[in-house]
Amino acid sequence: MSSLVIQDLHVSIGDKPIVKGLSLTVNSGEVHAIMGPNGTGKSTLAKVIAGHPDYTVTGGDVLLDGRSVLAQEADERARAGLFLAFQYPSEIPGVSIANFLRAAVQARLPEGEEIDATAYYKRLYAKMDLLKIDRKFTSRSVNEGFSGGEKKRCEILQMAMLEPKMAVMDETDSGLDIDALRIVSEGVNALRGPGLGVLMITHYQRLLTYIVPDFVHVMYDGRIVKSGDKSLALELESRGYDWVKQELAALPA
Amino acid sequence: MKSLIDSGPAATAENPVAGIDQTKGDFTYDVAYEFDAGTGLSERTVDYISSVKKEADWIRAFRRQALQVFQSKPMPTHWATRDLENIDFDRIRYYLASGQKPKRTWDEVPEDIKRTFERLGIPEQERKFLAGVEAQFDSEAAYSNIKEIVAKQGVIFVNSTEGLREHPELFRRWFGKVIPTGDNKFSALNSAVFSGGSFIYVPPGVKVAQPLQAYFRINAENFGQFERTLIIADEGSEVTYMEGCTAPKFSTATLHSAVVELVALKGAKIQYITVQNWANNVFNLVTKRGLAHEEAEIKWIDCNIGSRLTMKYPGVVLKGRKARGEVISIALANDGQHQDTGAKMIHAADETTSNVVSKSISVGQGRATYRGQVHIPKRLRGCKNNTECDALLINTNSRTDTYPAITVRGERNSVQHEASVSKVSEDMIFYMQQRGLTEGQAMSLAVNGFINDLARQFPMEYSVELKRLIDLEMEGSVG
Repeated sequence: MSSLVIQDLHVSIGDKPIVKGLSLTVNSGEVHAIMGPNGTGKSTLAKVIAGHPDYTVTGGDVLLDGRSVLAQEADERARAGLFLAFQYPSEIPGVSIANFLRAAVQARLPEGEEIDATAYYKRLYAKMDLLKIDRKFTSRSVNEGFSGGEKKRCEILQMAMLEPKMAVMDETDSGLDIDALRIVSEGVNALRGPGLGVLMITHYQRLLTYIVPDFVHVMYDGRIVKSGDKSLALELESRGYDWVKQELAALPA
Repeated sequence: MKSLIDSGPAATAENPVAGIDQTKGDFTYDVAYEFDAGTGLSERTVDYISSVKKEADWIRAFRRQALQVFQSKPMPTHWATRDLENIDFDRIRYYLASGQKPKRTWDEVPEDIKRTFERLGIPEQERKFLAGVEAQFDSEAAYSNIKEIVAKQGVIFVNSTEGLREHPELFRRWFGKVIPTGDNKFSALNSAVFSGGSFIYVPPGVKVAQPLQAYFRINAENFGQFERTLIIADEGSEVTYMEGCTAPKFSTATLHSAVVELVALKGAKIQYITVQNWANNVFNLVTKRGLAHEEAEIKWIDCNIGSRLTMKYPGVVLKGRKARGEVISIALANDGQHQDTGAKMIHAADETTSNVVSKSISVGQGRATYRGQVHIPKRLRGCKNNTECDALLINTNSRTDTYPAITVRGERNSVQHEASVSKVSEDMIFYMQQRGLTEGQAMSLAVNGFINDLARQFPMEYSVELKRLIDLEMEGSVG
């Protein structure tokens, strides 16, 4: 049983505060969705959890299984079981997906221990079968010349191989047509289970018809302003974010 | 009395091509030299070398004339780096040897020298995948042998001293013809004091299946290594030659100035592979050129890691119709290093084609320079050149320069030139770190990806080693 706990988190880029006191707990087996209008700090939250060096945490904490990750480099957090599915995955020219994943799996082994190549490929192919990904895919360079859908499937394949405890998925639906969205969602659903907690960040409700969340949170101006179950997403879809803004404006300051 | 000076880490056995790993190359055994030309360069130095080698009069005259050319030529600092001025020719030792005749079995090689090559993994590689090996220790080959099956086909693989002595007609016919003494100041220096290097002759139609390898080891401080290699592939023959080089780290500069001439007769193919990893105080100033006759093919695969300054522009003179020339080069310049490399393609017949692919990586304050020359004169028809040079910068203070010189005249010739400079982006590194790789591992992977398409052209054993070398270089690149 794992947990990702975000406690009163404050984040700035330079002098500009972006996240302003956000708290959230994700346990293994749960799928949480964070929804919100553009520019509200959703992607910043994803990158801060993963340890991106451009952001400064000015207050609060992020804990994985009760231990703060804020002092750790991005790679330490990753090896501890934190995965970020990127909104815009980077291209790595000349490095095949198979070799990249192999290096990532190797990085998780104890010092001096060598990866068993046969077992690695067996597992890789099993995961590809599970996600219905063609064998030829892994000999291509990571994300180089990929379509939007291929990039996201590459993220899901990496997630499947690295078996994180907690996965943060940043705008996984962006740039996908409806067929690609369905395929990627099927992949995520195939990985859902008691050993994995998921924090999905999305602007649109449509992703949530494919990946049905257990909890939905509305983020606005750097905070979570409303939480509920999947029906909250539907309400947002029909009433729009203005509804949340108006509700907030009505509250005493 | 021979003492053991051992400054390097212990050698390990699992490495397939251990010899080019500089961390493993950084050791030296104190060897008692039987032959020593002393310090500094004069006609006496040249005569000493000629005498101990018992050379014919024409070679002695050739050396003396070359010395005059060397002394009369200025340093090429009008276009090249001024760091050349820091070479002190009066402080260099030009000839050091323990014996004059290379041994045919490792058992006969003197213990200290044998131990050096064993530690570098040379005898092991020879057993595994080579058709023949020459191992040069300072000025002379300590060991030279060719597999019997290859020798029976009439293939000659000896050092240049033996080549001159035992095959004078063949040697003299091509010696200095591809790279004349006066080609440049350092080819003149080599012509004056050359020693060692390989002489190879492959008879018509013979295809040597496994590579021939030479290993050049500098052991002594303040020393200059001046090997001279001549490879002649007769009509329709094929040969692959690989060279590796290392030197221990000394506090003073060391000079390596080789001349390599290749001759591919009609329809012959020569592939020449270099993986050098000199210590970072070595001035590596090498002239390499091939002459490709009709339908012949010469391919240089050149990988430059290490050294203080490398200046090397392998070239092909495309002399016969439909001849092909290719230069594939990888250079990695780390802090305090300048890799000034490139290629020369001289088209001298119709329908000749050349291809140059160069990739350089600059790390820290390292500097990589590409200089390319492509020449297609007006009278020729149907010639093609393709040049690609890509530079990768690792840090913001890394430096790269490209100086292409392309002269194409005539009407039915085509030239293509592409150049790119890229930087390893912070986003790419963050992406890889998020998958669990350390910053250093991420850098290594990015660099290996950058050269991947070229590294695949290396024989497997060398591409594995190249990857390891890059990992080692990149380890220290992140702070």
